[in-house]
Amino acid sequence: MAARILFPLAVVLAIVAVALIGGSISFLQPLFSVALLYVAFAIFFFGFMAKVINWAKSPVPFRIPTTAGQEFSLPWIKWSKIDNPSTTGGVLLRMFFEVCLFRSLFRNMRTDLRSGWLIHSPTKWLWLLALGFHYSFLIIALRHLRLFVQPIPGFVETLDAVDGMFQIGIPPIYLTDIIILLAVSGLLIRRLCLPKVRFISLAADYFPLFLILGIVISGLLMRFVFRVDITAVKALANGIVSLHPVVPKGIGAIFFVHIALVSTLIAYFPFSKLMHMGGVFMSPTRNLANTNRMAYHENPWRKPPKFHSYEEYEDMYRDYMKEAGLPLERE
Amino acid sequence: MAKELTPQEMLRIDLTPPNRDWMDIPTVIKPGIYCYPAKPEKVEVLGMPNPHVWSPLDDDWGLPDDWKETFLEGMRERLNKHRSFKIFMDICVRCGACADKCHFFLGSGDPKNMPVARAELIRSVYRGEFTKAGQILGRLAGGRKLTEDVLKEIWYYMFQCTECRRCSLFCPYGIDTAEVTIIGRELINLFGLNINWIQEPVANCYETGNHLGLLPHTFKQNVEFMCMDIEEFVGITIEPPFNRKGAEILFVTPSGDVFAEPGIYTLMGYLLLFEHIGLDYTWSTYASEGGNFGFFTALDVAQRLNAKIYAEAKRLGVKWILGGECGHMWRVVHQYMNTFNGPPDFLEEPVNPLTGTKFENAKSAKMVHISEFTADLIKHGKLKLNPRRNDHLKVTYHDSCNPSRGMGMFEEPRYVIKNVCKNFYEMPENTIREQTFCCGSGAGLNAGENMELRLRGGLPRANAVKYVHERFGVNMLSCVCAIDRAVLPASMEYWVPEVNVCGVSELVGNALIMEGEHDRPTDLRGEEIPGIAKAEGEEEVKEDV
Repeated sequence: MAARILFPLAVVLAIVAVALIGGSISFLQPLFSVALLYVAFAIFFFGFMAKVINWAKSPVPFRIPTTAGQEFSLPWIKWSKIDNPSTTGGVLLRMFFEVCLFRSLFRNMRTDLRSGWLIHSPTKWLWLLALGFHYSFLIIALRHLRLFVQPIPGFVETLDAVDGMFQIGIPPIYLTDIIILLAVSGLLIRRLCLPKVRFISLAADYFPLFLILGIVISGLLMRFVFRVDITAVKALANGIVSLHPVVPKGIGAIFFVHIALVSTLIAYFPFSKLMHMGGVFMSPTRNLANTNRMAYHENPWRKPPKFHSYEEYEDMYRDYMKEAGLPLERE
Repeated sequence: MAKELTPQEMLRIDLTPPNRDWMDIPTVIKPGIYCYPAKPEKVEVLGMPNPHVWSPLDDDWGLPDDWKETFLEGMRERLNKHRSFKIFMDICVRCGACADKCHFFLGSGDPKNMPVARAELIRSVYRGEFTKAGQILGRLAGGRKLTEDVLKEIWYYMFQCTECRRCSLFCPYGIDTAEVTIIGRELINLFGLNINWIQEPVANCYETGNHLGLLPHTFKQNVEFMCMDIEEFVGITIEPPFNRKGAEILFVTPSGDVFAEPGIYTLMGYLLLFEHIGLDYTWSTYASEGGNFGFFTALDVAQRLNAKIYAEAKRLGVKWILGGECGHMWRVVHQYMNTFNGPPDFLEEPVNPLTGTKFENAKSAKMVHISEFTADLIKHGKLKLNPRRNDHLKVTYHDSCNPSRGMGMFEEPRYVIKNVCKNFYEMPENTIREQTFCCGSGAGLNAGENMELRLRGGLPRANAVKYVHERFGVNMLSCVCAIDRAVLPASMEYWVPEVNVCGVSELVGNALIMEGEHDRPTDLRGEEIPGIAKAEGEEEVKEDV
């Protein structure tokens, strides 16, 4: 049990240690920033594509939506257009709620057995933590565009302003920084402490949590504790984007830790459960319309069935059938 | 064994899994949980692989020498044939949302019955044998090698899933354990390792046309017996047509309805309904099975059994097909039949001959559900009903898993019930409609030897029934599924002894006012309806609510 928790933690700590050392040796700095990021992005891009193409290569032989509401039926029966969609529009809406608002997770409830009764009660913690984590991650990633894109796009400025509107501390702490820290910690604590979740958790579940936690903490440290030279970071980021990378002097070692963890995460992405990001769009129980009896759905590998024909059946039971007065094809 | 456990003992369930790596917990195959193995002669009927005598309790399961290659090759083939399977192997994040959604987990506390864990049994083989990380890092990457013990564990738990899809509803990626189980069972069937409770009905259905192996004349006779009961309890004579060419509609229902209580009362309901409206229809002794245990074996077997329905519709020259009450039958009919054996261009788009309603939702597959059909008849005032004949019943409705999460039929049966009886009470909302709980014995697990498993799996449903029984005095659990009708009586007897089980069409049959009927002091079961004798005089015609 411990190995599945300690091993990924050790790996993350090792990455931190190596990056700290590498980042403080100036001739290794290009390796620990520029090279690492380029390689990681390449792996991410090609790995992600390969995975999605690989999935797409397998056909969807049957139309198997999980129907979560009333089917399209008689005209006077109220039909659940989103939870049991029979139109493309309905499917798109269902997918929108699924992908953007985690609709299925919102349904979650817990079931407990108390003095002979199974009690089902709604629970939104997982949904809340998941939503908080994913959206703050997205916003933080978008905010980072200010380092890479010149001039800074308007929406990034807006995000920045909204996210930092509380103006707490100098420099002001972002709302998303707090949310992601809480959400990732919550998800980790959940995994460690809830017996059911702990039972099913693998090293592959702890690893990304430790990585992301490391990324968040190193990012916060850079901003609040070991202040890095932001002008130098910006110069580096611009260089990376314009494919003329130079590593300016004087960036603190903590920066290289951050980059190493981020690179690990994105390089690891295509080979891990994190691919749920792509998979959720392709899940046949969610992205198919319930038009099952309305339209023919073709199975590309269908073979005509070998079955017991009526003729064989009648040959087998003719006497019985005759005696019972059942009509026959041949007397 | 189950019979020896009292409900109080059975309820001592610990839903907290041990603090150990699941791969370190050995699986012990227990009596009361597993089903008996398939008999070789039943495997042979369909020419399926490796028929042999074996026992789950033996060390040697009679596997062929190259079983491992066959399993892995079979897995590779299915990864390439089903995007669902491939994606579901890759993207589970083990968030645990499904963990306490499974009736078998809730009733047994066996942590490997958490849907995620059950799927991990196969996923771990996928990672260990098919992914680089798993091949190199082994358990650290959540992978394990395929061994005989692993195969036995997979076998054990693939027959502890009823493919009810409740977990799939709550999964943020729609991962459907039913898909994993369907494919897991296909793999198991590569070695003749099915259970006999599935294999024998499959073999029967293949040859005689129905699971129970009712020969043509017996099938006809059984239906005619029901007509005799109708004559006794209703006072009218019905002569149902069989294998009749040129009928407008072919009617197909699970053979369980022809054979055993309380399904036979549902069948009496069908007969009365068709007689009431003078439907131009026919039964078939050849396509005499709506259910499809092939679906619990392998998809190609399901296709082979299902093929008879369209073939018979074509031979008889009917216009469209009407289907009786059955759960997995409707999963196959709704989501698979057209793809398996369609499109049935020789049929016409279904139109209700009495109301003119076009069943738009069935225009390609050309098969309509009896509840859709009955609801339409009631809505158009085509049925003369006396709901008082169900006054002795306080009814609740169990949404069967397959018509719920594999079709979405919720309102039609409710509309029918509310029109044919006055006392209707819903179970708690988290246990009905799309969140409905399985009866505990679906997907071919309704054998006798696994009674403990069935009672445990039936607990969440029974618990909700118990709630409405204690609160409202509910004494009848209605449903639209033949497996439900076959298995819920045992579950009720154990958990809520005061509640009986019926099909929706039985309630319809009770309420139908038939032309030429005599006094009907009893219901279709021959049980007296208190207070009905004098109420009969002031007959009331109720057409719509």
